[in-house]
Amino acid sequence: MATVWFFLIALMLTVYVVLDGFDLGVGLTMLLRPGTEDERRHALSAIGPVWDANEVWLIAAGGVLVFTFPSVYASAFSGFYLPLMFVLWLLIFRGVSIEFGSHLKHPLWRRFWDATFAVSSSALTLILGIALGNLIRGVPLDQSGYFQMTLFENFRTGPRPGAIDWYTLLVGLFTSTALGAHGALYLGWRTEGSVRARSSNLARALCGAAIVLMFVATLATAEVQPILYERLGQRPWAWPLSLGAAFGVIFALWQLRRGRHHAAFVGWGIFLAGLLTSTAAGLYPDILRSTFSSTWNLTVANAAAGSTGLKLGLWWWIPAMVLGSGYFWYLYRSLRDHRIEDQSYH
Amino acid sequence: MNALTWDRFQFGFTITYHYLFPQLTMGLALVILVLKILALKTGEDRYNAAARFWGRIFGLNFGLGVVTGIPLEFQFGTNWARFSHYAGGVIGLTLALEGMFAFFAESAFLGLFLFGEKRLTPRSHFLVALMMFLGSWLSGYFIVATNAFMQHPEGYQVAASGALELADWRNYLLNSWAFWQYAHTMTAAVITGAFVVCAVAAYWTLMGVHREQARISLRVGVWAGLIASLLQLFPTGDQQGKLVAQHQRPTLAAMEGKFASSHPAELVVIGQPDVAHRRLENPIAVPAVLSFLSYGSFGATVYGLNDFPESEWPDNVELLYYAYHIMVGLGTLFILVMGVSAVLLWRGRLEASRSMLWVLMLAFPFPYIANTAGWMTAELGRQPWLVYGLQRTAQGSSPKVSSGDVAFTTLGYLGLYLLLGIGFLFLVAREIGRGPTPAEAA
Repeated sequence: MATVWFFLIALMLTVYVVLDGFDLGVGLTMLLRPGTEDERRHALSAIGPVWDANEVWLIAAGGVLVFTFPSVYASAFSGFYLPLMFVLWLLIFRGVSIEFGSHLKHPLWRRFWDATFAVSSSALTLILGIALGNLIRGVPLDQSGYFQMTLFENFRTGPRPGAIDWYTLLVGLFTSTALGAHGALYLGWRTEGSVRARSSNLARALCGAAIVLMFVATLATAEVQPILYERLGQRPWAWPLSLGAAFGVIFALWQLRRGRHHAAFVGWGIFLAGLLTSTAAGLYPDILRSTFSSTWNLTVANAAAGSTGLKLGLWWWIPAMVLGSGYFWYLYRSLRDHRIEDQSYH
Repeated sequence: MNALTWDRFQFGFTITYHYLFPQLTMGLALVILVLKILALKTGEDRYNAAARFWGRIFGLNFGLGVVTGIPLEFQFGTNWARFSHYAGGVIGLTLALEGMFAFFAESAFLGLFLFGEKRLTPRSHFLVALMMFLGSWLSGYFIVATNAFMQHPEGYQVAASGALELADWRNYLLNSWAFWQYAHTMTAAVITGAFVVCAVAAYWTLMGVHREQARISLRVGVWAGLIASLLQLFPTGDQQGKLVAQHQRPTLAAMEGKFASSHPAELVVIGQPDVAHRRLENPIAVPAVLSFLSYGSFGATVYGLNDFPESEWPDNVELLYYAYHIMVGLGTLFILVMGVSAVLLWRGRLEASRSMLWVLMLAFPFPYIANTAGWMTAELGRQPWLVYGLQRTAQGSSPKVSSGDVAFTTLGYLGLYLLLGIGFLFLVAREIGRGPTPAEAA
């Protein structure tokens, strides 16, 4: 039962990254190529109705995590105290910049909030990757089941690393470029004119950079946490996930060449989802690995909540997902043909 | 200051600030729903225009509610790790349910409500408003049910590991404490919504602008406000008080500033508690009423704080006492203000009564104060427990987080939220100045 929940949470986080990833990525494209005021409006209107709903996946995953693996929640959240607080502040800045920026048509006001949006979104793409890197590398968990992580120590991996070291930073840079590409592909699909043309060029560059960084990060992972690949190799059921990632990236590049942004965007999403689910499959049954000793790992077996709750949980998780997906389908369908018009309030 | 004190200050501050937004969101969701029903029934666009205007305020307010709400869920883990570890297997149910059932609905349908009016049929747009309302009110229920467990744990069992786990989800979700607490909280939210709607409408009327829209908002606001203010006192407030009297006796004593037990017990309207000397100074009291309100009989014994060891007292008796009295005092005033407004409205004289319009325009901050004081009563009253009778607040914090880290983030929240507040007030003031817009310009 705990295993089921492990993968459901991995799935929810994957959906979060694939969905919120593109609107975060739009922020990164804005940082790289700010464009004119009108172009930024156009880009923002493409994510205006959906970014908030996308972010809900993170909250929902957090809620499910408290319920199913309370000790992981307690340990990880208090252990990454400062990094998580920075995430929260960035999420606040980002949410507010979209909401506040849209309410007033004043050049300086908009410039300020657009810049806030671009910087906070870009920082989040980096931090998401750093977080993933930390999960793979492991954290200084001791027998108390808790740990305390500083932001940085000496930038080396090892028994007492900081949240930022060369490895997690590398994963962060990969995530940044990969989500930037995701955002650029989304804009290529959902916008028109100059924004579309520019996003299309940017998508090419970012996809290329992301693929290079992915190979480097893969080699680095083999060095830092080889067990991930050993386990993946022993688990044929997880191979389709990795193959899916490979298929996604090839499909995306092919479609991008043909100028079909919608298909390329979907392909890139499959790539991201394949990578994340493969990582989860390689980590299983560990949720939080200790850098000191594997006996102190928090695993599916030792961190799960009571079985009554876990069983009951499935009974509402399924209808909730059906309902939630229904809302998303309705939302995206209602806005499907909605392209150029300015969706801000004025 | 040690880490625990910073933790408590941080959570208290961030949740108080956060709740300034959802109370209006939930109140306005109902107002918007009523306006959409009126629009659908009459087919008149003026109701849609009103709904559109309040939808814009709702959107801003909702946005701030979301961004200030996310840190709270995270803080259970970051600052209160031992609490999450201990109770997460139980309270996680409602936190997860809120995310999955309520937030999905709210966020998906808010986007559609704000951006989709031109693309949807009037009927679909009404349904979108209905989903928004259901989402926000459901969200409220899950949070109140979580709090109700902390006030009065039901439906749990202690696992072999010593942590709590879910034993009976029906008992947990339908906690006997949760029903009245929810009803009391939601009517309070409607009061905030109603007073804000009335304040804006009164401002427009006094300025002589947007007369038609002001009339609609006044009518909806005053009636919603009157009904909610009455329900706030009876039965919801009354029942909530009886639950405290039954299950949290030291809390009741502290709320009332009562040190010695007595039967019959008098109800103190005002006075200043001197905790060190265990007495209430300058009391103005009504005999026997507290016995009746708490236990339904004029002769019932009401226990005082002297009957309990100090280790079981709420740790801030003074603040708890004042928070409770401010809540009750303001609640009484709300009935008065809305009662007079309703009489004037009924006779068709409210729009001409400038003095009453001034009162309505200036009264809107007070429901916010009353809501805050009400939650302070609940939360200070729960002390020294985090989960009543099971886990003390001092036992719930994160073991390895330093006070320097919590101080750092607390100061960060203070600064950040100050800026957010300024930006929010500026934009809301601007929206109110612009007023409602007709369909083409929206």
